[in-house]
This record gives sequence, structure tokens and C-alpha cells, in this order.
Amino acid sequence: MTPEELSKIATIEQEEQQQHKHVIQVCVAAGCLSSHSDQVKDALDKEVSKRGLENTCHVKGVGCLGLCAAGPLVRVQPTAKPDAAVMYQAVTANDAADIVSSLEGPPVKRLVCPTNVPFFTRQKKIVLENSGIIDPDRIEEYIAVNGYAGLLQVVSTMRPSEVIDEVMRSGLRGRGGAGFSTGLKWSTVAKGRGSTKYVICNADEGDPGAFMDRSVLESDPHRVLEGMAIAAYAVGASQGYIYVRAEYPLAVKRLKAAIRQAERAGLLGNNIFGITFNFSIDIRLGAGAFVCGEETALIASIEGKRGTPRPRPPYPAESGLWGCPTLINNVETFANVPPIIRNGSAWFAGIGTEKSKGTKVFALAGRVTNTGLIEVPMGIPLREIVYDIGGGIPDGKKLKAVQTGGPSGGCIPEQHLDMPVDYESLAKVGSIMGSGGMIIMDDTSCMVDVAKFFMEFCRSESCGKCVPCRVGTAQMHDLLCRITDGSGTADDLTLLIELCDVLRATSLCGLGQTAPNPVLTTLQFFKHEYDAHIQKKTCPAGSCTIHAPAEVI
Amino acid sequence: MSPQPVPQVRVVTLKIDGRDVGATEDETILEVARQNGIFIPTLCYLDGLPSIGACRICLCEIKGANKLLPACVTRVQEGMEVTTDSERLTRYRKTIVEMLFAERNHVCAVCVSNGHCELQSMAQKLGITHVHMPYRYPKLTVDATHARFVQDDNRCVLCTRCVRVCDEVEGAHTWDIMGRGIDARVITDLNQAWGDSSSCTGCGKCVHVCPTGALTEKGRSTAEMVKKQQFLQYLMQMREAKQ
Repeated sequence: MTPEELSKIATIEQEEQQQHKHVIQVCVAAGCLSSHSDQVKDALDKEVSKRGLENTCHVKGVGCLGLCAAGPLVRVQPTAKPDAAVMYQAVTANDAADIVSSLEGPPVKRLVCPTNVPFFTRQKKIVLENSGIIDPDRIEEYIAVNGYAGLLQVVSTMRPSEVIDEVMRSGLRGRGGAGFSTGLKWSTVAKGRGSTKYVICNADEGDPGAFMDRSVLESDPHRVLEGMAIAAYAVGASQGYIYVRAEYPLAVKRLKAAIRQAERAGLLGNNIFGITFNFSIDIRLGAGAFVCGEETALIASIEGKRGTPRPRPPYPAESGLWGCPTLINNVETFANVPPIIRNGSAWFAGIGTEKSKGTKVFALAGRVTNTGLIEVPMGIPLREIVYDIGGGIPDGKKLKAVQTGGPSGGCIPEQHLDMPVDYESLAKVGSIMGSGGMIIMDDTSCMVDVAKFFMEFCRSESCGKCVPCRVGTAQMHDLLCRITDGSGTADDLTLLIELCDVLRATSLCGLGQTAPNPVLTTLQFFKHEYDAHIQKKTCPAGSCTIHAPAEVI
Repeated sequence: MSPQPVPQVRVVTLKIDGRDVGATEDETILEVARQNGIFIPTLCYLDGLPSIGACRICLCEIKGANKLLPACVTRVQEGMEVTTDSERLTRYRKTIVEMLFAERNHVCAVCVSNGHCELQSMAQKLGITHVHMPYRYPKLTVDATHARFVQDDNRCVLCTRCVRVCDEVEGAHTWDIMGRGIDARVITDLNQAWGDSSSCTGCGKCVHVCPTGALTEKGRSTAEMVKKQQFLQYLMQMREAKQ
């Protein structure tokens, strides 16, 4: 592949796209597929060929369009006027004829999904810029929207140290949860000793209710490959791995196809863009252990060992996969890299807050009208996410709390809703940014029950290596079970609080250290609910089944 | 003739519990502390086996570090200031040992390792008089199928010394861990009965490195079942010397 060939592919693809008068984009990401968007696409395809419109109307499968709650989603876009696109919601195969008929006329009213609402207008898309627009199965479409231009720019005009400087200046921080500076991480791996280095993409997304990485991989897999290749060039690695959970079969399928296409096009493999830069990517499937999202456990798993974490230091940057310096970044982190290179670090650093730059993708779930995938600039008030983008709480219920960060995060109550969403502010109220799960809860949710749910998750996902996490999560889950079924005592609560401190301070890895967070934040903001269960034997939200306390004879 | 250059290992000085001590940079806090007669309680650690930092009992406070670090795997650094004993550390250590007592069925009175058990002596050293969290009383099995040894899951603390000694020293890899979290337990081969194991050489190393009564020799009385762990350091020294 030469730079000329790359731009030629882009030009040919753009010209081809211009030939069609209309393009019908059907979401074929996991969310809409589960409500049979594949059948919708087939029906549209048939309808178009039945009417002989193949040359003027192009039906294509695209990645996530965002508003998963209203799926299957279809967007009809006139090529000449992309802004006049119409989005249809809850489309079935039977609607195909109507949609194709409406191409030249007014849209099908009963299916229209308004796109001038805050859900769409308040978002800022960087990671998801191609999601819902390009066909994830075709590398040409990615190249046509400036794909692999960042990689070309990096290998042809920049030294590795300049790439690292650029990422450092952008202020990008790890999107996997902890928010470590990406540039700093890259620089430590680049400094690591030895000629063999690895780049790993952590796609072992495991938080309950979180599906950001899945969507990125399903909607725009090449973006992640490009980000990894840029990272490999910067740190001096020639082999990469994507550790993706086997529960994401569609993401795996699209990744495999994307890697094959990139290899065939010479964008992965040996002598990329004609220089002595070699980089190949292999996929490793996770077998369903949450703890394998922890970097040292992930490395152990790739090495074929039992997926358990080990104490750090040494950090993977120093001694990672097979003892070599290893860079591990999350899917979303890598997905941010190509636009940073293309548009410059200053552009990226201009978005977000002082310490949290860029955007963050959240998977909006729970008791909110618009569930789905959103990308918002860092620093946006939580209230805006819930009420404007999320459309508020359905059924006239009242918001109780927002849970961020999954089992490592916490529940943020109504009174903190005006706080900006960035790493520091979330940490201040005891939660974390996490990988981007955001669960909205209304007044029918019992906060003790929520804490119990996450503790049960940690208990079953603890690897069992270190004592505090193995025994502590089980003990805490038992205590929470006792409290929610009405047999808890004040002593149980004291012990629960004590165990929170022990787990946090002594557990080996992040799983155990952060497992108390859901308990601690609910205790901080909803202590009265614990007290009600223990003292009055009632559940204020009415969701726990309280057994009458045993009569003392 | 000029002398052969020695491999470069830096010498450092640090403070452990306020005492100035010297060390080489490839040593761990635990090794240096023991050389200087400073006691740090340990359970999963055993001299001669690779350290894994799993039991969290040897956690120490290090000035400037925001986390407690396990002494068995943390390398010393120039100017480090380590505290191995404090009210906070003792509280954590006690809770962790209590967790182990509550996790399985450690009934000392009917255990063949009574009086020679590292978990028991650890509890005594830390001054644990009672366990203040609910006992879990799991239903666990005893495997007595081996001709000479018994494995009792009720007494196991999952320190994985048996797994490590079998894999790293004996080279048989008979032992491994099955299951996750609170359901994890040690198994022989692919969860077969120990007596049917085709990989077990019957060397008994696992039995003698086991800190509790989880692995014992058959037909021993409580007074007789004393674990002999000196073989391990001797073996490792001899192997290193041969290299």
C-alpha cells in the first residue's frame, strides 16, 4: 500500500457512493440485530431490486445508530443532501415497501424517529463518528472517511517520540476505568527494554449493562486497528493482540474480517506503507471471566495461564506479556487515537474539561426513556445526560440515583446531579468514570438491593487468589442478603463497614479494592434505607421481600 | 590479569521500622527484613517457591506509596521507609486471618495438624481470641484415595504452595485450582481422585509445604504430623549451585 493507493481507494469509494441518489442505512449492530434488523435489511434489499432501483438506491448495514431503545433503526439519506436524512424507528420487514416508496416523497410518518431532539443534538461524536454511517464490513468505506490517514501520517512524517508527544499533549486518558494518562503509558512502554514489545487492546468489557466497546468493535472495527497500529509504531511493537470476550460473537466476526482486509490491503503486516514497520494483530478470546479485564490477569490469560492478577509493580509497561514491555489500552482509548493524529492534539485538548479531555461514550441503561449508546463531551452535567439526552424518567417516576462505573463504581444521588462528568468529579463522590456503564434508577429501586446485586457480581467474579476479595466479597454479600431479607442487625452493618475498609486497603487487584464502592456510596447517600431494613424491617422502595422476624418464644 | 567484572546489582539502603538496613536492589522487603531479624507475618510465602503476594498478610506501609504493598514481592528501593507493624496493619492482618477461619471448617481440636499449623500459630501470634464474622461452614470433601496422603478441603487456605511446589520444583503439575472466588479449590489432575492421578509422583512435597492440615500423611497421629520444609531451601540451593 502506498499513500497514492490509499487516496485512490478513498476517491473511488466516494465516487461510487455519489452515484446513488439515496442510501438506506440499516443498523446491524447487536442491539438492533436482536430485534431482527437483518430481516429488515433483507426486505429492503428485495424491495429495492424488485423496483429496479439498485443503481439509485443503496441499502447497507451500518453500525450502531445510538438509540437502541427504539430499534431496529433505519436511516434514509439523500446523497446530495446528507442533512435531510430521515431516521425510522421500530422498523419491521413489512415496512420495507413503504420506506422504499417514500424515497422521492414525504417520509413514512408513522415510523419517523425525530432526530432534532437532545438525544441526538447534544452528543459530540469522535469515537462514534463513523458508527451508523459506514459499513463495518468494508475497509473501503472506512478509508473513504479518512480511515488509515492517521496511520499514514504517523509512519510517513512523524518519529515515534513525536507521536507520543502528540498523544501526551492531547490529554487523552485511559477509557477503561482508571483514567491513567495514555501518553504517559505509551512513553513508559517506549522506554521499556528489549526489542520485543506488545500492544494489547483490552476488549474484555464486562461491567453489567455496559456495551460501549462492543458497539465500537461492531460499528467501526478498523478504527481500533488503526489506533493499535499507531500505538505500535510509537512504542516499537510489532505484534498486537485484541483480547475480546467470546460473548461478543458479532464483534469477533467483524474484527476478524477487518484484520483480514487490513492485511490484504497492506495496512497490517510487514513493511506498512513501504517503511520498515511491521505490525500484525491476532485475536484472543476471553472465556467469560470479568477479572480478565484487569491487565495482569488479561496477560496471564493470553499466555494460556489461569486468568488471575499478579501484584504490580512490575507494571506491564516494564514486564508484561511473556515478560516483555507491553502496552494495554482499552478499545475506546485506541479508537480516540486516529482522530487525535488527524486533527491534532490541540483540537482534542479543546474538548472537555481541564483534566478530562475529549468525549466519553456511555451506555445509558435502566429507568430512563432513551436507553442506548451516547457520546458526550467530558464535563457535561449529569443532569443533562439523564434529562435531556436520556429524556428523563419514564412513567412519571422520580430519579433516585445514577450508577456509574459498574461494580467498581458508585451510586450518585439526585443532589449531585449538577456535577460535571469527569474523572475527578466522579471520584469525589466515591464513584468512578469506569468504562462507561450508566444505569439510571428511580424510586422503585432499593439501594441496598442494588449494593447486593453488585456485591453478588463481585463475589462470583472474584478469582479467589487473594483472601480479602475471595472471602470478603462472600461475607459482604451474605451480610447484604441478611439485611435485605429483614434479618440484619446493627452489628451486621458495623461488620459490613469494617469489611469495606479491609477490602479496599488489602485486596490484590482493582476488583477487590473497588468492590466496596457500591456499598460505600449507598451507605453515604442512602443510609436511611439500610436503617429501615435493619430497624423497621421494611424496604422503603418496596422491592425487597422482607421475611417477618422470627418470634422469640 | 584484571579481575572478572561482577554482574551489576546496586546496593541500596533503606529504613525498616526506623532501622537503617542495607540490601541489594534485587531483594524483597521480606528478605531484607528477615536478614535483619524483623518479623513480618506471612502465609502464602515460602522460601524457595515463587512468591505470589496472594494472602495479603505481609502487607506493609511504605512512605509515599498510596497503597499497602506485600513485603514478599515488593523490591527494596533506595531511601524507602517501610513500616512492618502498626495498629492499622495488625487490624487488617487479624481480619484476614479471621476471614480464613470463617471461610472453611478449621476445627483445630479434631485436626491432625493441631499444634503444627501455620494458620493456628499465626492466629496466636496476632492475638486472635475469637472470630467476629459469621462462619460459612461450607460442605467440603476429604480425598483419602491416595495410598500415603490425605487431602482435606475443609482445612485448605488456598495458599497454592502445593500447586507451586508441584509445578515448579517437582515438575509434575498435579495440583491446580478449580473454580472461582469463594468456590475455588485445589484439585489433582483434571479434578480426579488423587489416588487415580497419573501425574502424581508421590513425592510428598505438597504435603510438607502445606501450612495447615489440608494435606497430611496417612496414619500419623497429631504429635507425629510435623511438616518438614527444610528440604525446599536445600533443593533450591543445590539447583542454583549446579548452575
